[in-house]
Amino acid sequence: MALRTPLYDLHVAAGARIVEFAGWDMPVQYTGVLDEHAAVRNAAGIFDVSHMGEVVFRGPKALEALQHLFTNDLGKCADGQAQYGCLCSDSGGIVDDVVVYRRSADDLLVCVNAGNRQKDFDWLHGHAFGADVVNESDAWGQLAVQGPLAAQIVQKLTSVRLGSVGSYRFTDGEVAGVRCTIARTGYTGEDGFELFCPAEASPKLWDALLDAGRPEGLKPCGLGARDSLRLEMAYRLYGSDMDDSTTPLEAGLAWVVKLDKGEFVGREALRRQKDAGVSRKLVGFTLTEPGIPRHGYDVVQGGKPIGTVTSGTKSPTLGTSIGLAYVPAALAAEGSSFSVRIRDRQVAARVVKTPFYTRSK
Amino acid sequence: MNFPEDLKYTKEHEWCRIKGNRAVIGITDHAQDALGDIVYVELPDVGDPVKKGESFGVVESTKAVSELFAPVSGKVVEVNDPLSDAPETINEDPYEEGWMIQVELSDAKDMEDLLDAAGYQKFIEEEQE
Repeated sequence: MALRTPLYDLHVAAGARIVEFAGWDMPVQYTGVLDEHAAVRNAAGIFDVSHMGEVVFRGPKALEALQHLFTNDLGKCADGQAQYGCLCSDSGGIVDDVVVYRRSADDLLVCVNAGNRQKDFDWLHGHAFGADVVNESDAWGQLAVQGPLAAQIVQKLTSVRLGSVGSYRFTDGEVAGVRCTIARTGYTGEDGFELFCPAEASPKLWDALLDAGRPEGLKPCGLGARDSLRLEMAYRLYGSDMDDSTTPLEAGLAWVVKLDKGEFVGREALRRQKDAGVSRKLVGFTLTEPGIPRHGYDVVQGGKPIGTVTSGTKSPTLGTSIGLAYVPAALAAEGSSFSVRIRDRQVAARVVKTPFYTRSK
Repeated sequence: MNFPEDLKYTKEHEWCRIKGNRAVIGITDHAQDALGDIVYVELPDVGDPVKKGESFGVVESTKAVSELFAPVSGKVVEVNDPLSDAPETINEDPYEEGWMIQVELSDAKDMEDLLDAAGYQKFIEEEQE
């Protein structure tokens, strides 16, 4: 039996189509993926992301313990700032990719992927080094309001001056009378907020936001649009583009691996891999012939499989077929070409710069 | 949901309209709704043979790939080429503008085990239970 967020009944009543994702019954779409995708790019959309997990590090050892488990450098993250990075195993494989919200050196919230809630908690708790590590996933609801009009909409419901909350910054405050952590983060490539609130208050917050955003064209959005939006930004999806068997260096996440920050789990393996050079790399590509790449399709050259597509779609904004794939390092440079096997055809593809989509301002 | 009385249907959610010895083929309103936004379609060429119950093409939504199964056997005599540039037509008008191929029937008996509108509607109701 799949898990449900406190908003499940509201989704069903609103006509959402429900699918199981990472063990959760979640809305995949309301009116349609393309419609919702366009709403986020042009106006705003609201997503129930309460299936995401929250693991909190507290106590005098909190920062030190999390630094030891995180590939990015929380020493460079100010209080009230969020930072993206990976949790790695000793071999450098990615346990999860997470966003850490640093409230203070002795209070940090780790936002983890839905499918990894228990795995991450066990991993973090097992390497806590004296920090107090609590799995608060069930206590939190999480709503994402994303799009160029997101700030305008959320501002109607809060006295917090959102203009003073910069990108990847957060603050505490009430939204529609609900106590929230208001974070200027997201997974769409647009401006927007992720609101962490008490799980039981999330339906009230959801309804208030939908009402407030009606004049701006705010639309409820499902996982379908969330996936096409993130892929246009080449944001990686754990479980599709990376897992325990891939390293951040292979996944194109070297920018969140700070080998010189001090000791952390996986550092030695990652340093060795960096020195030796990676043999495969995750790249963004577009198809130059008709077709749509999908997760699991072979990347081929000279008729031989040489890699794998990990994500693909027809980009709703660009109208072209885009994807991410692991290819040999020699083929990772922009402009490199290979083919993707789609059923019985070999369809030409070219490595391009990512993100595929860049917002206008 | 709309299921015109003059069409025949398959359990794979294709429809078939008979015009003399030709069958016009597409996917049903139920199928387009279940698929969601259709963004790509791959159809055979004129002259290609199709075989009842076997795949004759592919339709892809934003999220999924679905095979198309021929309701009848025969030879493709016409293809709705504009669909390749405007696959959303299948969502908008699955029974008219969204038709996919026309087939010259090789055996009129192929029609006999297809469902009528009431039978198809009953089938999808049972499938949803």
